[in-house]
Amino acid sequence: MRFRSYSVLPGFGPTLGFSLLYLGLMVLLPISALVLYSITHLSAAEFWQVVSEPRVVASFKLSFLASLAAALINSLFGLILAWILVRYEFPGRRLIDTLIDLPFAMPTAVSGIALCAIFANNGWIGKLLAPWGIELAYNPIGIVIALTFIGLPFVVRTLQPVLKESERELEEAAASLGANRLQTFVRVIWPGLVPALLTGFALAFARAIGEYGSVIFIAGNLPMVSEIAPLMIMSHLEEYDYAGASAIAVVMLAFSFALLLLINKLQAWSWQRIGGVRA
Amino acid sequence: MSQEITVTPIQQVTREPSWVRWLLIGLGVGWFVLLLLLPLATIFVQAFKQGLTVFFAAISEPDALKALGLTALVTLLSVPLNLVFGVSAAWAIARFRFPGRQLLITLIDLPFSVSPVVAGLMFVLLFGSRGWFGPWLSEHDIKIIFSTPGIILATTFITLPFVVRELLPQMEARGSEEEEAAMVLGASGLQMFWRVTLPSIRWSLMYGLLLSTARAVGEFGAVSVVSGHIRGQTNTLPLHIEILYNEYQTSAAFAVATLLALFGIFTLLGETLLARLRGPAGH
Repeated sequence: MRFRSYSVLPGFGPTLGFSLLYLGLMVLLPISALVLYSITHLSAAEFWQVVSEPRVVASFKLSFLASLAAALINSLFGLILAWILVRYEFPGRRLIDTLIDLPFAMPTAVSGIALCAIFANNGWIGKLLAPWGIELAYNPIGIVIALTFIGLPFVVRTLQPVLKESERELEEAAASLGANRLQTFVRVIWPGLVPALLTGFALAFARAIGEYGSVIFIAGNLPMVSEIAPLMIMSHLEEYDYAGASAIAVVMLAFSFALLLLINKLQAWSWQRIGGVRA
Repeated sequence: MSQEITVTPIQQVTREPSWVRWLLIGLGVGWFVLLLLLPLATIFVQAFKQGLTVFFAAISEPDALKALGLTALVTLLSVPLNLVFGVSAAWAIARFRFPGRQLLITLIDLPFSVSPVVAGLMFVLLFGSRGWFGPWLSEHDIKIIFSTPGIILATTFITLPFVVRELLPQMEARGSEEEEAAMVLGASGLQMFWRVTLPSIRWSLMYGLLLSTARAVGEFGAVSVVSGHIRGQTNTLPLHIEILYNEYQTSAAFAVATLLALFGIFTLLGETLLARLRGPAGH
């Protein structure tokens, strides 16, 4: 088999060579450094001891559940936002469409202190709920709020193109065959949205699992209660326990790999559904 | 017996009843205001809470200016690196078919799915005092971790996928006919690149640059791990905000935050403009 088919276009060798070198140095080398560090500095038993320590397990659980909750909330409100942005005309529509990406454009530390200022007990929103004994910051609820903030654009931006390209004729056909609007939505529109919604959900979830900057201010960081997994890496590092930090990081890395593969599959499925071509 | 036939216009049966429409708009706009608009507004309100003097003192203080300088330096080095890589990788992947191509795309996506803290840790394990190259580096008196090179490396890792990710779909969608024509007509490789390829990808390229710049300026987790938080030396703007905030200098923290928030808003406006310029073919 030839390595590549003949083409008149130049530059295959140099561009591929440079890209491989760059990726090797910037991505593969650091990742191998991490994995090898935990293998050579820890025995299997020591590795297990680090990652099964109650405080670490609690942080894994919290990161997982809070990310799941945030991604679910985002799926619901992201669907509503994508729907009204594509299908309806209302004042402020273009402003919202522009600002949806705010969580991407804003540095996470800035978002973190801003969310804290609003949802803490003396903040604009926190103040309203404090009299009922509901606290939104410095506990797991605060973490879910921050993760919801950071994940919102993923769901909206994955759904928007799918909604734009969906065929309105199908809806008209359903209506002319006697379906009411709800039936049309459930039977005709919804099946077309599912792959994109799942992709958006998975993207928001993956981002939330690793998120640090926007969470750390509002979390309160109480051991066993509101410590997220990335923070446990930080606290091991602060004690110069590189090996311990690397063990937790390897677990997170493996989880990220699995999610990345899942997202690739979902995206391919999603593009297939709307008949597009994927890069 | 006569039957009455009512005719409903098609627009009416393919639209939701108006109460449903207004309910959805209300929910969507309400959520947007609560989650996005209020946090944005609060940055500016908090920054000016203690007056203009405190505000200007906070953003003109030497440590803040040094942090601004470091952030600019790191961005100006890491973004061009990824630009060169992005164009070159997009050319190889979009214009040629070779074994392992899909694997290469997955590898490029990796930095997006790795937690920033894990990314920072990788570089500490490579170049930190107890890392793989630590002893060799200290022997030769080279400092990477807790110093500027480490911050640049971590930022470059985090922003690596942006440019390629914007270029790939656009180049795939456009196809290579025009470039092949240029070559057949006798253009050199460089002529083809400058006259045919670059003009066709320029808006996507700018878009990718904008996204990577925004991320490079604001990166927190990865930089936090490798920087060591040395005031006036290894503090970028986001780290400087963290320090001020933890020292209960809330107004000062928000004053510095407004600089980054304004930058974020300009990024969003730039994105909207570029999305319009590159047209519907872009994505």
